[in-house]
Amino acid sequence: MIWAGAFPSPLCPKPTVETTLSIENLRVEYRSRDLGETTKIAVHDLNLKVGLGEVFGFLGPNGAGKTSTMNVLLGFVPPTSGTARIFGVDVREPIARQRIGYLPEQTYYYKFLTAEELLRFYAGIFQIPSKETEQRIDGVLKLVELDHARKRQIKTYSKGMQQRVGLAQALINNPDLLILDEPTSGLDPIGRMKVREIIQRLKGEGKTVFFSSHELGEVETVCDRVAILHQGELKTEGSVNDLLKEHSSNLEQIFLKLIGYSPQP
Amino acid sequence: MNTIWALAKVVVLEMVRRKDFYVLFILTVLLTATAGSVNLFNDRSIVRYLKEICLLLIWACGLVIAITCTARQIPAERESRTIFPLLAKPVTRGQFLLGKFFGCWLATGLALLLFYIFFGLVSASRDHEWPVLNYLQAAWLHWLMLGIVVAFTLLGSIVFAAPSSNGTICFVSAAGILVLGRHLNKVALSLAEPLQSLLYAFYFALPHLELFDARGLIIHGSELIRWDMIALATLYAAAYAAFFLFAAWLVFRRRPLN
Ligand SMILES: Nc1ncnc2c1ncn2[C@@H]1O[C@H](COP(=O)(O)OP(=O)(O)O)[C@@H](O)[C@H]1O
Ligand SMILES: [Mg+2]
Repeated sequence: MIWAGAFPSPLCPKPTVETTLSIENLRVEYRSRDLGETTKIAVHDLNLKVGLGEVFGFLGPNGAGKTSTMNVLLGFVPPTSGTARIFGVDVREPIARQRIGYLPEQTYYYKFLTAEELLRFYAGIFQIPSKETEQRIDGVLKLVELDHARKRQIKTYSKGMQQRVGLAQALINNPDLLILDEPTSGLDPIGRMKVREIIQRLKGEGKTVFFSSHELGEVETVCDRVAILHQGELKTEGSVNDLLKEHSSNLEQIFLKLIGYSPQP
Repeated sequence: MNTIWALAKVVVLEMVRRKDFYVLFILTVLLTATAGSVNLFNDRSIVRYLKEICLLLIWACGLVIAITCTARQIPAERESRTIFPLLAKPVTRGQFLLGKFFGCWLATGLALLLFYIFFGLVSASRDHEWPVLNYLQAAWLHWLMLGIVVAFTLLGSIVFAAPSSNGTICFVSAAGILVLGRHLNKVALSLAEPLQSLLYAFYFALPHLELFDARGLIIHGSELIRWDMIALATLYAAAYAAFFLFAAWLVFRRRPLN
């Protein structure tokens, strides 16, 4: 059993530990002309495992490297070193993306399309048969409560509605793993609560959710486990309950302590 | 294939729902109508002059539509960040580029269709004849030419960072080739040696967009072009478009997105 991780080849069918997502020694550096000669290390030798059916909170202040990590998971940026696997498949293979749903941060979907048309377009990319597509669209639009606005162009949507269209598009292929980048940022309390409810519903359906956030209150209520990242380095990782017990304070205090912030007296 | 078609449909829908295309169309109609209303005597040469103006407008609008539509595609995807949820799905970057190419080319084709129908109505109202095959050849060649333009504009939108400068560069080069392309070899002859060979090489490497200009077919009603020549022109356009798309793919394939 301990060999499970040592054979990444497709010949070894399934690791015994049900990991959906595994990140090993991941390092992401940005080299760009704007930065001059220096390289910016966005993620520093990160190791993480997310198990099947878990809701995993990926926490950190702005600039911690959360989006950079997700960019590697989705194949947008090649890792400088290290590897990441989704369902045992290296993320550099396009096939790794068949079973995932992704909600990027702050996306403005094609504003000249209606929600229905947008979802039909994405379903087309997954080659979902058209009859099933309509059922899926009905299903996800109900889940994100946009049924009433499905025939309106997205440019007429409020920010919260846009974010929920984003969630709907992430769910259109009925993914087993959801990667959500700050799904609640910029939303009002009601919008946030709705997104939180959706995450909980998805967990109920047995899906694995990997999401980044810096809203600690909500993380405490929906996550099974969390990791706290600061300046590209993993500060801690563990189940929410264990962390709370270990530090005997709330998540916000733990977070602030780990990133080295001490309130002014 | 389905993926490419899905991507292309969105581009076409975008053009149908945006206003700028209709503005160009109405402008062409108005300008042609103005030019036509000057013509009170229904003189043969004035009819030809009217047709020439209308076609020139169609050629200019065709270029503008093809280039503006193509030049904004990838920058807009990045700006609105829709490229992220899109490429997070099982879409390869090659499919993405092909989808954008076919979408822009189809959208341009639809616009051309509308323009040529309008032109046909105008000239039929004066000439009372319907040289359908002439129209077909002229429009097909025009559309092929725009296919090359779309492909290199797409390449430009990846190479040059700013979308507006890309649009301008592509428009100037396309218009430049159309106007000057056929004279470059003569210009070369008048130059001193290293420059002469350079300009000659340039002349041979250039996609000769002006070859696709068959406006004479519908202005003067000249004889039809041989169909094997049309087939050859089609191959020529396909080769250049493929070359530009391949170059675009080479640049875009490994580019980090962030
Ligand atoms: N394209 C880029 N070029 C240079 N530096 C970048 C780039 N993208 C992100 N960074 C830097 O990498 C660090 C991590 O950024 P990011 O992953 O976006 O953080 P988060 O999503 O946690 O807020 C930041 O310091 C940011 O400035
Ligand atoms: Mg971020």
